[in-house]
Amino acid sequence: MSVLDDLAVEAGDGDVIAGVPARLVAAPATTEEAAALIAASRDLTVVVRGGGTKVQQGPPPRRLDLIIDTRRLAGVVEHAAGDLITVVKAGTPMAELHDLPGQQLALDAPPAATAGGTVAANASGPRRLRYGTARDLLIGITVVRPDGRITKSGGKVVKNVAGYDLGKLYTGSQGTLGLITECVFRLHPVPLFAAFVRSNAPPTHAANILAGQFAASALEVSAAPGAAPELAVLLEGTEAGVRARAATVARLLDGEVTGAPPPWWDTPPWPADSPSLALKLTCTLAAVPALVRAAVEAGLTIRGSAGTGVLYAGVPSPAATPGQPGQVADVVNLLRAAATAAGGHAVVLIAPPAARDGIDMWGPVPGLDLMRRVKDRFDPDHRFAPGRFVGGI
Amino acid sequence: MTLLSRLRAELAPEQLITDRQRLRTYECDGLAHYKVVPAVVVLPRSAAQVAAVVRACAEERVPFVARGSGTGLSGGALPHADGVLIVTSQLRDILAVRPEDERAVVQPGVINLQVTQAATPHGYYYAPDPSSQQICSIGGNVAENSGGAHCLKYGFTTNHVTGLQVVTPDGDLVRLGGAAPDTPGYDLLGAFVGSEGTLGVATEVTVRLTRLPETVRTLLAAFPSTDQAGAATSAIIAAGVVPAAIEMMDALSIEAAEAAVHCGYPAGAGAVLIVELDGPAAEVDAQFDEVSRLCTDNGAFETRVAADDTERQLIWRGRKSAFAAVGRISPDYIVQDGVIPRTALPTVLRRINEVAADHGVRVANVFHAGDGNLHPLVLFDDDVPGEAGRAETVSGAILDLCIEHGGSITGEHGVGVDKARYMPRMFTDDDLDTMQLVRCAFDPDGIANPGKVFPTPRLCGERPGRHRGAPPLQEAGVAEVF
Repeated sequence: MSVLDDLAVEAGDGDVIAGVPARLVAAPATTEEAAALIAASRDLTVVVRGGGTKVQQGPPPRRLDLIIDTRRLAGVVEHAAGDLITVVKAGTPMAELHDLPGQQLALDAPPAATAGGTVAANASGPRRLRYGTARDLLIGITVVRPDGRITKSGGKVVKNVAGYDLGKLYTGSQGTLGLITECVFRLHPVPLFAAFVRSNAPPTHAANILAGQFAASALEVSAAPGAAPELAVLLEGTEAGVRARAATVARLLDGEVTGAPPPWWDTPPWPADSPSLALKLTCTLAAVPALVRAAVEAGLTIRGSAGTGVLYAGVPSPAATPGQPGQVADVVNLLRAAATAAGGHAVVLIAPPAARDGIDMWGPVPGLDLMRRVKDRFDPDHRFAPGRFVGGI
Repeated sequence: MTLLSRLRAELAPEQLITDRQRLRTYECDGLAHYKVVPAVVVLPRSAAQVAAVVRACAEERVPFVARGSGTGLSGGALPHADGVLIVTSQLRDILAVRPEDERAVVQPGVINLQVTQAATPHGYYYAPDPSSQQICSIGGNVAENSGGAHCLKYGFTTNHVTGLQVVTPDGDLVRLGGAAPDTPGYDLLGAFVGSEGTLGVATEVTVRLTRLPETVRTLLAAFPSTDQAGAATSAIIAAGVVPAAIEMMDALSIEAAEAAVHCGYPAGAGAVLIVELDGPAAEVDAQFDEVSRLCTDNGAFETRVAADDTERQLIWRGRKSAFAAVGRISPDYIVQDGVIPRTALPTVLRRINEVAADHGVRVANVFHAGDGNLHPLVLFDDDVPGEAGRAETVSGAILDLCIEHGGSITGEHGVGVDKARYMPRMFTDDDLDTMQLVRCAFDPDGIANPGKVFPTPRLCGERPGRHRGAPPLQEAGVAEVF
């Protein structure tokens, strides 16, 4: 009996990735078991799945034999509070890491998302303005290569320049370079106090907050056709300091100070259960208002980090999705042109299946030839998530 | 056509150095005991010229090494005897400062501090601040992923570079990342920063600008011992305070700094801590009181607060002069760079002192205590037979201590030529092989800064989908192509 026979079971009805059903599912419990599994499945195409919160995004795999489910690879291996770091297995739910004793992994993610999935998808949320993203917070990583070898990069200290920083290469690689089995993260103290400022100031006012001395932890915008746009600011620190800064920000934005965020905070502008069109848009800071306007004029709801230039746009219900595949492509082309003019990119996360073939979901990216060469070196047979990444990688 | 005639065709005569005497100027970087005279030095004035030089090297299979200001401390810019040294000092234009986007675009030869000077009138600065920031170049910072005293709070070069234009080892000009965040695709930018010139040459750098803080407050605390200063550091971090910097100096390094710059640190201190807080005034004031109290609670017998910028500069002068100052108390010294988990600080310092005593060598300790980045200065006299060897042994033993405690062999100076042999102590063969997969993707012929970072080069095998007729470098008789 091979490890594959031991671990893999027949796929069920839910084991479908972007419309493509898998044949087998396996859930290894240790890095070593995962390595043996991958070494034993050399003829199979593989997609890695964590909490499944983002696995339906992106283009479908060209082929799919085996889903490797990471949820048995779970648990906090070490929380060194004095060193502000934690070592976790890849399948650990982010909810656990948001709430470590006195400390936090300051990386916004849905509670069910896993640490490994959050890294692989390079997911982030409002607090990226202050704390950065997975690429800033990941300090060490263990990956099983497509040839079954277990490899580490980085370590357990924040300051470390020994060798290539492969953690950054794996961050956002969408499972195309191997299986992440363990992550080491930098932690932050839980702030003593936090407050929000909510306002209906136009997106152009975001610049005043960035140029001021507010040290905002998040600066979010939300806008939709036919509704007044909103700005919301998160301030963290000592109670007296936060109250003083919040009062000033509220005056500047003609808004109000609240203890809770607005209901749209850190939620995507598309329905979680039946998304039909979803995009990630990036831009330079000064171009945020123009990109917001372009999305609203195209009939989309848009929200995200006005403080960093990372926004999400979508339609709030399937009924509002353009009916013809060609219309979807028109919207995508329009927003891609707007994002490009704004110095950034437009990536289609989800599109109606009928429209998907007519769209380049990832869009053009610089350095694609080098990316293909990296993929060829790591996964020469293109077994890991084939077709799911940029340029058909 | 030989490589030299190709270079002559691409560059003006004054951009090409072949005279042996003048080549000697470039024989080492900041780590001066490694010396190699390069075959030829080029001084390109544009990205296109860098690309042309590298393309010529690629086609002739000649190694090339990029060099910024030559301040590196691991021999990363040590030339190759049969290779071309590409010096970026003529590429020193600041191309754009855009405070509204929190970005600046600069050429690689621009000096680190010049970026801050260009941004300050707009209320911004460039956060990474290596001690050599008055002379080191941004291109070199990118290659080394340089840190500095303030990276505890603000991170390293890699957290502040959002886009690069690079010349690949094929001689192609490629953009990685951009002005906006989260560029789709593999984060090759993240892999490139800190790759020590082994993946290509950066020819344009887009950096993040950071808002100047409303308030900066600096405190100097004197302790009887490094143990107590270490305990104070841990207490500050445990209290949830993230200062901009926490620096520590021990008695020997204080003695050296006093001799060199008369910084006037409290007499009789076994250790001093420099703690700097920055940010909104109300936050800084509250944290400052707490930090002062924690220092006193942990045995500080004197604390001084910088009343103004002049006093702040005075406090920092002792710290920033420490490396050079050690020259006042010892004819020769090795600057070591290792990292340990902050909580292991007292244990590791004791072990360093034991190892030093066992070998009859003195070690002065200067370090970034907040992030556990040690810079032990191992003192010796090269004129005393055997001392240099003993210092080398102690220096190596310190790295072993770092690895033993779960740390790293380098926090900011890089691996270069100096520490390549230590890499297998920290990484397995498979770990190093995986890094070299990236190397092979960028540079299958191994011509970009060969001999650095990796103890042994990986044979890349055939490049998937692309084939060339020329024989490999080692069979080509590289020197003859000149």
